[in-house]
Amino acid sequence: MNLLWVVLLPLIGTLVPLFTERFGRNICTLSVALLPAWSLILVLMYAVDIFDGQAIRQTIEWIPAIGLDLSFRLDGLSLLFLLLILGIGLLVILYARYYLSAKDSMGHFYAYLILFMSAMVGIVISNNLIQLWMFWELTSISSFLLISFWSHKSEARKGARMALTVTGAGGLALLAGLLLIGNMVDSYDLDTVLASGDLIRSHAAYPVALVLVLLGAFTKSAQFPFHFWLPHAMSAPTPVSAYLHSATMVKAGIFLMARFYPALAGTDLWFMIVSLTGLITLLIGAYVALFKHDLKGLLAYSTISHLGLITLLLGLNSDLAAVAAVFHIINHAIFKASLFMAAGIIDHESGSRDMRKLNGLMKYMPYTATLAIVAALSMAGVPLLNGFLSKEMFFAETLNQSTLGSLSWMIPLLATVGAAFSVAYSLRFIHDVFFNGEPIDLPKTPKEPPRYMKVPVEILVGLCLLVGIFPAYVVGDLLHVASSAVLTHDVPVHSLAIWHGFNIPLFMSFLAMVGGATIYYNRRHLFQFQSQFDEPDAKHIFEGVVQSIVNASERIISALENGSLQRYIFLLLLFTLVMAGLPLLDLVQNTGSRPQIPLDGVTVTGAVLLVLSAIATVIWYRRRFLALIFLSVVGLMVSLIFAKFSAPDLALTQLSVEIVTIILLLLALFFLPQSTQKESTNRRLSGDLLISGLLGCVIGTICFAMLTTPLDTISDFFLANSKTGGGGTNVVNVILVDFRGFDTLGEITVLGIAALGIFKLIAKMRIYMPVRDDDGRAWSNDPHPMMLEMVSQSLLPLAILVSVYIFLRGHNVPGGGFIAGLITAVAIIQQYIAHGVQWIKPRIKIDYQWLIAGGILIATTTGLGSWIFDKPFLSTWFDHFNLPWIGEFELASAMLFDLGVYLTVVGSVMLILANLGKLTTSERFEMKEND
Amino acid sequence: MLSTAIVIATTLVCIALILNLWRLFIGPGRPDRILALDTMYINSIALIILFGIYSGTTLYFEAALLIAMLGFVSTAAMCKYILRGDLIE
Repeated sequence: MNLLWVVLLPLIGTLVPLFTERFGRNICTLSVALLPAWSLILVLMYAVDIFDGQAIRQTIEWIPAIGLDLSFRLDGLSLLFLLLILGIGLLVILYARYYLSAKDSMGHFYAYLILFMSAMVGIVISNNLIQLWMFWELTSISSFLLISFWSHKSEARKGARMALTVTGAGGLALLAGLLLIGNMVDSYDLDTVLASGDLIRSHAAYPVALVLVLLGAFTKSAQFPFHFWLPHAMSAPTPVSAYLHSATMVKAGIFLMARFYPALAGTDLWFMIVSLTGLITLLIGAYVALFKHDLKGLLAYSTISHLGLITLLLGLNSDLAAVAAVFHIINHAIFKASLFMAAGIIDHESGSRDMRKLNGLMKYMPYTATLAIVAALSMAGVPLLNGFLSKEMFFAETLNQSTLGSLSWMIPLLATVGAAFSVAYSLRFIHDVFFNGEPIDLPKTPKEPPRYMKVPVEILVGLCLLVGIFPAYVVGDLLHVASSAVLTHDVPVHSLAIWHGFNIPLFMSFLAMVGGATIYYNRRHLFQFQSQFDEPDAKHIFEGVVQSIVNASERIISALENGSLQRYIFLLLLFTLVMAGLPLLDLVQNTGSRPQIPLDGVTVTGAVLLVLSAIATVIWYRRRFLALIFLSVVGLMVSLIFAKFSAPDLALTQLSVEIVTIILLLLALFFLPQSTQKESTNRRLSGDLLISGLLGCVIGTICFAMLTTPLDTISDFFLANSKTGGGGTNVVNVILVDFRGFDTLGEITVLGIAALGIFKLIAKMRIYMPVRDDDGRAWSNDPHPMMLEMVSQSLLPLAILVSVYIFLRGHNVPGGGFIAGLITAVAIIQQYIAHGVQWIKPRIKIDYQWLIAGGILIATTTGLGSWIFDKPFLSTWFDHFNLPWIGEFELASAMLFDLGVYLTVVGSVMLILANLGKLTTSERFEMKEND
Repeated sequence: MLSTAIVIATTLVCIALILNLWRLFIGPGRPDRILALDTMYINSIALIILFGIYSGTTLYFEAALLIAMLGFVSTAAMCKYILRGDLIE
C-alpha cells in the first residue's frame, strides 16, 4: 500500500477516457470511474488507522539534489477532503454521463474532470509546501479547461479566463507566501511548518506571509472582494459547478486556511482579516443571491455566502469555531452538490434556468422536486437536516467571542441577518421553481430525468437527512479526527445533538426563519428597491481592467521596442558601455606587470591592414559587394594574427569559417538590393559614431588591461591533463571532444537544428532573378565556364585528402572534425558553383539531413557507450596499438565523437548553402526599375 | 644568411600587402578589387611560410595550405558572382 497511489491512480485515470470514449458512453463512464474508485478504496483502508489517531506519512525522493521530495501526509483533515473529492467526484461522473449531450466530447470532459480531481487529491495529501502549490496551480489550470468546456460560448471563455486570472494571481501570491514561510522555518516540510507556529507568528515577516497566503485562499474560495469570478464560472456545464463550485475547488482555499490553522491562526491580525472578510462575504453573498433570476446564479452566490460563513468561523480563533467550520465544510458540500445537480436536471429537462419562467415544476417532476426541496431546506438550516446543525454551532460560536470589544454583539446580529437572507433565497428556490403557478413558455415540457441521473442526488440528499438526524453516528468520528488535525491538539467537547434545549442559538435560528419568510413574502419591495441600482457587471469591469493592463504594457513595449534595429543596437551598446565603462573609472592603472612583446614590422603592417580594411568596411557598407571584399581582408588578417600568436587551431578554424561565410553572404547578397540609399541623418550618424567609438575605447582598454595582467587561468589544468587524461597533445581538440565534449554535443545539435530550420524556412521558396546586374550589364552567357569546371573538379580529391588528413591528426596537432568538416563542405560547394545543381544531383546522392542525423547519432552513441563500461556519459577511452607496416598508432573513442562532429558540420553547411543556392529559378526576367 | 633573407623577403611581402590594400581602395572596377584580394591571399601564404621558416616549425604549413585552397574558392565565388550573379545554378 502506498500513499502515492492515491494521487497517482486518478492521474493515470486522466488518460483513460481518451481511449475508452469510442466504446460508448456507458463503458466510458465505467472505465473512468474505476481508478478514482480504487483510489477511494485505498483511502478507506487507511481510514482505520486515521480513526486511531495516527497520521500516515510517506516520502519519496524526487530531486534530492535541491531537497525536493515527493512527500505525502494523510491525516483527519486530508481524509475528510479525500472523501469529499473522491466520493462526490464519483457521483459527478455518474451524473455527467446523463447530463452531457451527444454533441459534447465525453472523453475530453472526463479527462479534464479527472485531471482536476487528481490535482485536488494532490493538494490535500501534500506534505511539502512547494508540492502543494504545484497541485494548487494544476487545479487552476484544469478548472479553466472545465469552465471553458463549451468553448463556443463567449461567456464560457470569458468566465474561464476570469477564473484563471483571479485564481492564478492568487496562486502566485500563495507561492510567495509559502516561500516566505519556508524561509522562516528553513524547511518546506509541512510537518515542520505546522509544528513551528510560534516561530512563524513571532517572525517579523509574519504579516506579509499571512496576507500572501490568505490572498491565495480568498481568491480560490471566492471571498470578498474576489468573489466575482464564481458567478461567471457558472457558464460551465452543471456537473462542473456541482463538483468544483460546491464541494472541491472553492473549498481548496478553506482547506488551505484549515491546514495552516496551527501555523498561522491565533493572532489579532488573523482574526481581523479572516473573520471580517468572511462576514462581509457571508452578507453580500446571501443578499445578492436573493436577486438572481438564474438558478445557478442563485446557487453561486449562496455558495459564496456559505464559504464566507466557514471563513468567518475559521477567523474566530476559537477551537469550537474551528470544529464548526469543519462540520459546515461537510454539510455545505453535501447539500450544495445535490442542489447544483438538481438545478442541472431542471435545466436539462426544461431547457431553462430562469426562475421567472420556471414555475410549478412540482407537477411535472415531483420526485426530483422533493429531493431538491429537502436539499434547499438543509441550505436554509431547517431542523432535522444537516445544514441546521452546523448553523446552530455557528450561531453559538458567534455568541462566544468578544474579539471586537464592545462591538462584539454585532457579529451574532449580522450572522442572523445573513441566515435570514439564506432562508429567503432558499424559499425563493423552492417556491418559485416548484410551485407558484404554471411554467411560462419553456423550450421543453419538463419531465423526470433518466433513472440513474437521480441516483447521485438521492445519495446526497439521503446523507443530508442521515447527518441531520443521527449526526453523532454518521459523522461524529470523521469530524473529530478532522478537527483534531486542524487544531493539532485535543478537540474541545462538543455535542452533535439535534436538541440542545431552548437557548439563544435556537432563538437565532427561529429569528432567521421568521425573518427569511418575511423577506421572501415582501420580496417585491426589495426587488423594486434593488432595481434602482445599476448592477455592476463584473465581466465588464474585469475585461476593462485587463484591457487597461494590456494597453499599459503595450505602451511600455512600444516605447522600448519600436521595430528599429538601429535603436536596439543603440540601446544594447549604450547599456554595455555603461556597464563595462563604469568600473573602468575606478581602474587607476591599466597596464599590468606582464612584460610586453616588442613590436615588429610584420605585426605593425598586419595591424594597419586590419584597421584600414575594417574602417573601409564601415565606410562602404552601402556598397555591399565592396564591403564584403573588405570584410574578407579583415577575416584574413585575423587568421594571420591567430597564426602569428601561436593559435594555429584558431587560424585554421577562422580561415574555413571565413570562406563559408563569404559564400553564404554572396548567396544572400544576390537577393538584396546591391546598394542602399543613405537613410540616417548626419546628426544620427555622429551620435552613433560617438557611442561606437567610445565603446571601442572601453573594450580596447579592457583587452589591454587583461592582456598585460598576469593571470592564473584554467589553461594550465588543460595543458597538464590533455595528454594523460584525453590522450591527445592538441589541447584545443582535446578540450572540444573530451574535457568539454558535452558542450560540443550540444553545439552540434544546435547547429543541426539551425540548418534544418533554415532548410524548412526556404523550402519551396522561389525568387526570380533580374536579367542584368545593377550596373546594367547583361550577365555572362556561360553559366559554367570550362576552366572553372576543370580546376574545381581536380580540387575536390585534393581538398578531401586535406580534410581527411586534418581530421585524423586533429587529436594531436592542429585540426579536428570541425575544421575538416568545413573544408569538405567548401570543396563540395565549389563543385556546386562550378557545375551547377543539375550536374551534382546524380553524382552526390547523400541526403544532407541524414548526414546531420547520423553525425549527432554517432556523437551521442559514443557518449552513451561509456555507460557500458560503467563510466559517466562521454567518458573517453584511448590506447596505443602496434600494427606491422604501419607502426604504433593511437585509437581514441574521442575520434569517433569527432567523426560525429565532422558529419554534422558537413551536413549542416551543405544543407544551408546548397538550398540557398537552389532558391533561384533558371529563368531570368527584366526588372522594371533598378534601384 | 637565411635570417637576412627572411627579413628582406618579409619586408617585401609586407610592402606587397600594403600595395594590395591600396589597389583594393582605388579599384576602380570590381575585377581589380577581386584580384587585389586574391593577391593578398597569395602574399599571406608567403608570409605564413616565411614565419614558419623563421620560427623553425612546420605547424603553420596547414594554414598556408588552407589559404591556398580556400582563397581560390573565395576568388572563384566572387568572380562567379559578378559574371552570373547567381552562385549556384
